[in-house]
Amino acid sequence: MNRRRWWVTGTGVLLTAAMLFPVYWMINVSLTKASDMRKSPPNLIPLDPTFDGYSAVIHQQLPYLGTSLLVGAGTVALTLLLAAPAGFSLAKLRPPGGGLLSLLLLIAQMIPSIVMAMGFYTIYIKLGILSTVWGLILADSTIAVPFGVLIFTAFMSRIPGELLQAARIDGAGTVRTFLSVVLPVSRNAIVTVSLFAFLWSWSDFLFANTLDNGGSLEPITLGIYAYIGNNNQQWNAIMATAVVASIPAAVLLVLAQRYVAAGVTAGAVKD
Amino acid sequence: MTTDGSGARSAERPRPWAAHAARGRGQHARRRPSRHRGQWAAWGFIVPVVAYLAAFYAYPLYRNIDLSVRSYTVASFVSGDAPFAGFANYASVFRSATFAPALINTTLFVFVSIAFQFAIGLALAVFFQRKFPLSSFLRALFLIPWLLPLLVSASTWSWMLNSDSGVVNALLHAFGVAHVNWLTSPNWSLASVLIANIWIGIPFNLVIMYSGLQSIPADVFEAAAIDGASGWQRFWRITFPLLRPVSAITLLLGFIYTLKVFDIIWIMTRGGPATSSTTLAIWAYQFGFGSLLPDFSSAAAVGNVLIVIALLFALVYIRVRSRLEES
Repeated sequence: MNRRRWWVTGTGVLLTAAMLFPVYWMINVSLTKASDMRKSPPNLIPLDPTFDGYSAVIHQQLPYLGTSLLVGAGTVALTLLLAAPAGFSLAKLRPPGGGLLSLLLLIAQMIPSIVMAMGFYTIYIKLGILSTVWGLILADSTIAVPFGVLIFTAFMSRIPGELLQAARIDGAGTVRTFLSVVLPVSRNAIVTVSLFAFLWSWSDFLFANTLDNGGSLEPITLGIYAYIGNNNQQWNAIMATAVVASIPAAVLLVLAQRYVAAGVTAGAVKD
Repeated sequence: MTTDGSGARSAERPRPWAAHAARGRGQHARRRPSRHRGQWAAWGFIVPVVAYLAAFYAYPLYRNIDLSVRSYTVASFVSGDAPFAGFANYASVFRSATFAPALINTTLFVFVSIAFQFAIGLALAVFFQRKFPLSSFLRALFLIPWLLPLLVSASTWSWMLNSDSGVVNALLHAFGVAHVNWLTSPNWSLASVLIANIWIGIPFNLVIMYSGLQSIPADVFEAAAIDGASGWQRFWRITFPLLRPVSAITLLLGFIYTLKVFDIIWIMTRGGPATSSTTLAIWAYQFGFGSLLPDFSSAAAVGNVLIVIALLFALVYIRVRSRLEES
């Protein structure tokens, strides 16, 4: 029995290795010397690594990374500000038309971003906020707000009614109840929504490329895209940037794996 | 890394869909005191989101429809006084030589992606259902492709599939298979973007199907095992039928998400060579942003065709979901 279990583990390790091969390859190429880049067959292991790619990242890509952090933080803040109260209302206060709102949020998630990007483009030209960080934050938040409301609604409807009644008996109004009772117990939902809002804005390429292209502050996805677009053959620098751009995803997985799994499932199953 | 996240996982396991549905309904029964005052508060809390939806969803969509029924040029785009054109933009889009390939590519891209993502995701979920050492750690690692920025995955696959220096061709060569021009041959470009997209979508299917499997009571399997059902029989006779609701949801969401895919294709092939990997999303982008002379009216028309298709799937999704919640 025990040997059989280890055999299953071995299969699992092989499957995982196969699945993660492209990730390994990204790291491998990021450490490959420019002179070895076109070698056939390619070096499977970076035995003689170079850090030229990473030094290029540090010299050229830091401003992009900073912008992405700023955009991510802004998207998270905006998403929480809009989604948490709405989730509370839909879960506990049952406003008239709440069902319709949930339905609209569900449909909103299904609209292709390319269509949204064109709409935003025409509006941003008029408002003069094309190529600004604020415009990009607004656009990126549209990816996360519907998801956020649905997660908060699902989570907050699980808060026992007695808890809210106790607060009311103690004389707390609805706003007070929300701020000092509901929000503190909703920590898990806040973390899940923040993580996904950050990750999505960090990963966004379409909105960045249509709405912030040529701006003074461009996010990291445009940094990588500029590398590729320049017909730059420095693949170690491109892949090094890709590795650095993957760090938030890695951190997320290490620190917050359970929230990620919960978010994937809840996102699919929104109730 | 928390090797298996054991302590954490038990606290908030991905919820099976059925439990969600049941909780949602229990809510309706609760009666609330001071109904009138409560309604104002209830509205106060959702007004920001309603205003937000109106400004950042409804209005852009309205602008999009407006763009598609007028003939905008770059000049009138700025001044905003384009003449009304009715359905002329749509007619020219439908008559375009690119329309048929774009529609066929979109269909192929969506269905082939989903078929492989779902089959592989389900197989892995069944595999991970047995508890073995390291299982939850390995399952966590499987999430990585889904969490990476699409641009990162797409550029990595571009280099892996490079005709001359890519590792995929080197591997094929080692097995004596002739060199394939993955990204530059019209016969292979769609297959290339499909491979990358399937890779990215597997974790999503794995996680959802795994949580679906967790919601099947263990004694169902035990009973079947006692009755002498083989592993294969247990899967087709018990697991698969019980997973049907969760599968329906996963597949429909997969359709809707895959229809929207843009980044991967744009980075890897830009829809080319010629139109060999152009989908509707790529085509809309090409009209609007792909050249120095943007044609926003055609872009909006293609975008609206895409929306209509997405909404059809969305309606099916909503119907399936509400029927599942009733049963």
